[in-house]
Amino acid sequence: MTDAKPIISIRNVTKNFGRVTAVDNVSIDVMPGEFFALLGPSGCGKTTLLRMLAGFETASEGEIEIDGQPMLGVSPNKRPVNMVFQSYAVFPHMTVFDNVAYGLKVTGVPKNEITGQVEEALALVHLEDYGRRKPDQLSGGQRQRVALARALVKKPKVLLLDEPLSALDAKLREAMRLELVRLQHSVGITFVIVTHDQDEALSMADRAAVMDRGVVRQIAPPDELYEHPNSLFVADFIGKVNMMEAKVAGQSDGDLLVEIKGMGRIAVPYAGAATGDIGVAVRPEKTVLSVEKPAEGAIALKGKVSDVAYYGSESNIMLDTETGVQFISTVQNDARHSGLSVAIGDDLWISWAPGNTLVLAE
Amino acid sequence: MTDAAVSRRRRRREVNPLEYLKRPWMWLALLGCFVFLYFPIVTLVAFSFNSYKRAFVWKGFSLIWYEKAMNNASLHEAFINSMHVAAVSTVVSTALGAMLGLALYRYWFPWKGTYEGIIHLPIVIPEICMAVAMVTFFWAVGIDLSLTTVIVSHIAFTIPFVAVVIRARMAGFDVSLEEASRDLGASEWQTFWHVTFPYMIPGLVAGALMSFVLSLDDFVITFFTAGVGDNTFPVKIYSMLRFSVTPEVNAASTVLIVITLSLTLVAMIMQSRWTKGPKE
Repeated sequence: MTDAKPIISIRNVTKNFGRVTAVDNVSIDVMPGEFFALLGPSGCGKTTLLRMLAGFETASEGEIEIDGQPMLGVSPNKRPVNMVFQSYAVFPHMTVFDNVAYGLKVTGVPKNEITGQVEEALALVHLEDYGRRKPDQLSGGQRQRVALARALVKKPKVLLLDEPLSALDAKLREAMRLELVRLQHSVGITFVIVTHDQDEALSMADRAAVMDRGVVRQIAPPDELYEHPNSLFVADFIGKVNMMEAKVAGQSDGDLLVEIKGMGRIAVPYAGAATGDIGVAVRPEKTVLSVEKPAEGAIALKGKVSDVAYYGSESNIMLDTETGVQFISTVQNDARHSGLSVAIGDDLWISWAPGNTLVLAE
Repeated sequence: MTDAAVSRRRRRREVNPLEYLKRPWMWLALLGCFVFLYFPIVTLVAFSFNSYKRAFVWKGFSLIWYEKAMNNASLHEAFINSMHVAAVSTVVSTALGAMLGLALYRYWFPWKGTYEGIIHLPIVIPEICMAVAMVTFFWAVGIDLSLTTVIVSHIAFTIPFVAVVIRARMAGFDVSLEEASRDLGASEWQTFWHVTFPYMIPGLVAGALMSFVLSLDDFVITFFTAGVGDNTFPVKIYSMLRFSVTPEVNAASTVLIVITLSLTLVAMIMQSRWTKGPKE
């Protein structure tokens, strides 16, 4: 990956709307063929960033290069990217065929070439027999496929997708996730997707940038974002965490000595450097509940069960611990009668291996 | 039996709050309204088929007054004048009004709110004031009154109607359609003609028909701004009335009603065909 040139290079890009800074000094490289996600809560600037890639907004500062070409002053119709809009923006007065053919017609592709290309694109999204329909005769999912075909028929260097699944119902959304990944593999185009749904980003993207109030917090593959979040924001946005306040007490061969409030000094494996006040956390599913005090080596806390939330495949058990912090432990209901039956008011131990502790330096 | 049966019987007699047509007095009120609104028009049309020359004594059916009106050269000329004025002013005011409506929808500029208010002025100010204003303007500038000044005046007072219709139409427009078009490689000009304009068509048709009918009907402004001898249809009918009230006037008026109604009908059919949009 190091020797390949990025297809998109965003360099120190800032976007101001009046006094509001929507995107704040963002730098991202996207590699050719990557499925890249811009992930963050609403208002974090991810859509603004996408619109700058498409050319609908101009960066206040910084540079954007696509396929090695600087994009400053290049209008949307001259960029080697195409976009799938959140509302799909399928032209209502044109048939499906004309919608897909539109991008070819306006750029002067000869008529005899258009038909073949459009049919190919419609086949790609399984809409071969829908060419003569009008958009109002299509379901939401089908309209989205039209939008996809319309963008892909242009053979862009990069396909931009703005919250493409948000308007679909849950079942269809699940299916479209797999479909989009399949599509991306088969056409080999770089995909940049904007989403606020962490599951979507984790399940589809090769890498994701987590954004918060205009700033990129972390860029990493999904498993790294989940297992090694660099900040409380990322840890909290992607999945659940049990947070503990802590202070760095020292470092000893690969371990970080942290003084956790109410729990004493604990050695946590950590490669980076950290000082001062930091956050320490553990994912609920990486904790273990037991009646007896766990063996030496694990980090353990005593607590009282305050709530049990049953989700079918798993349960979330809430524990008021002796340090005063509330912990959540996720227990898999993998057998019909699991060994540990938990009731509100039970005294239990919650523990986890030191290696499962997340150190959140930022 | 009986609780259920009783309550069923009572329910049959009960009238729901929104079932207006089950109340007799409602029918009466409705009838009153219809008589008040349409009786004069119905009599006007009916007596245009009268064979007697007094306007309000029925003697039998005939088309004699239509024939007379058809052969009345000055009425004929007035009709041609009216069509000419309405056609030219409609084309111009639809084009200008559409641009105005689009600009108001799309752009922000200082004093936009005030400007929008001012645009509606020709709709709300009394027609007589508008007429006087136009005629004094023409005098001041030194333009002789003619059919051209009528056309200019009609354009001036129909533009806001078109602008308002277009603006309302554009309020439902999804801007991402234009962005999608640009994204797919279309220039701004191509985007306008292929995406924005087709969306505007129902509004354009509605606005055009509105200004056509307004221009065709207009009396006050036309009366003031027309040159000597330049009669339009309504002005001619008025002058005929002053000499004698014959069913010829009824016949001429009926023709005007038929034209106006059929144009409105066409507009409604086109509207409903175009707005059969996505059913979500």
